[in-house]
Amino acid sequence: MFDVIVIGGGPAGASAAIYLQRFRLKVLMIMKDLGTLGKTNHIDNYWAFENTVSGKHLVEQGVAQAERLGVTVVEEEVIGIENFEDFTVKTTKNQFQGKTVLIATGQAKPNIKVKGFKEFIGKGVSFCAICDGFIYRNKKIGVIGNAEFMLEELEVLRNFTNDITVFTNGLGLPLHIEEEIKEKLITDPLCEITGDEVVRKVVTEEGEYEVDGLFVAIGTPSANDFALRIGAFIENNYIVVDDNHMTNVPGLFAAGDCIGGLLQVVKAASDGAHAAIAINKYLKTLK
Amino acid sequence: MPVKVTTETFKKEVLESDIPVIVDFWAQWCRPCLMLAPVLDEISKDLEGQVKVAKVNVDEEGYLANQFRVSSIPTVYLFENGQVKTQVVGLMRKDDLLKRLGLK
Repeated sequence: MFDVIVIGGGPAGASAAIYLQRFRLKVLMIMKDLGTLGKTNHIDNYWAFENTVSGKHLVEQGVAQAERLGVTVVEEEVIGIENFEDFTVKTTKNQFQGKTVLIATGQAKPNIKVKGFKEFIGKGVSFCAICDGFIYRNKKIGVIGNAEFMLEELEVLRNFTNDITVFTNGLGLPLHIEEEIKEKLITDPLCEITGDEVVRKVVTEEGEYEVDGLFVAIGTPSANDFALRIGAFIENNYIVVDDNHMTNVPGLFAAGDCIGGLLQVVKAASDGAHAAIAINKYLKTLK
Repeated sequence: MPVKVTTETFKKEVLESDIPVIVDFWAQWCRPCLMLAPVLDEISKDLEGQVKVAKVNVDEEGYLANQFRVSSIPTVYLFENGQVKTQVVGLMRKDDLLKRLGLK
């Protein structure tokens, strides 16, 4: 059992992990890759670097620093967080238990851009199989996605119906994912989602498919996907936290770009430090 | 406190209510629904006598969920004089929910 599981290894996650480790807590940091910052080549506005520095360099140094101080770091993709008494963080390979969780996975990605998509959110278009799957018992369900996250949603939806169509929206589908799909598989890009009061049809470049419900689980889950499933407030696409960086779910914290505000390294690092101090205080209330 | 509403009591409790009624379609296994519950408890207390808060369990009341085309939960409706006035889907904070329902 970890005291804290930090999801994300960028400036918010790694800063938090470093502070938490120095409070002598048992800290696990899970990171999928170097994140958005890792893809940024030129950073000129971050304090104490005379020359231009790459985001990749900053992230790698932060992770190395966390590891040196004793943080356990695993490079895995988180696909879900569950919360009963403690938290269970599920990755594509493992499950980890923690007393608290800090989400620091960066800004949530925008929704897919397909005609009609926005219009039917909440009217057949859903982002959460475990929330809405039952409504489509024995009905036609479409699932949009191309990776482990989609398989996770698919597994839930199989409990409700046999009539499922998987849409990859033209995205690449790794072989090990394709092998897990026993359902109808449509790989050409989506053109439009149509319906009346509720969603009725998915139109792709090469065909039309009737659906009663359409579940979206593209790529890897974002901070908002975690928040949605666990019942944390989201507003304007950002997770809502209090002054202590805690969400409305006790023990679930969030920091960095996923909570909005200034989307800069300096603010994310500051968030991480604030969250760490608050988590340390919170953990003392549990004892 | 919110009142539990069934297919049998829906007409009396919601459609024939003298005051506006917020109806929450929810289920026990839906985590966002459970997190919305304290928000609705608070609204029920804040607006006592002005607005009634009712809850429909979609597992037990599939007919009502179907009738109101609930396709995502939590879904919250505001009824006034027996008619649906507004519909809000998803978990949100008290102020946002009241604003979107047109109660603020």
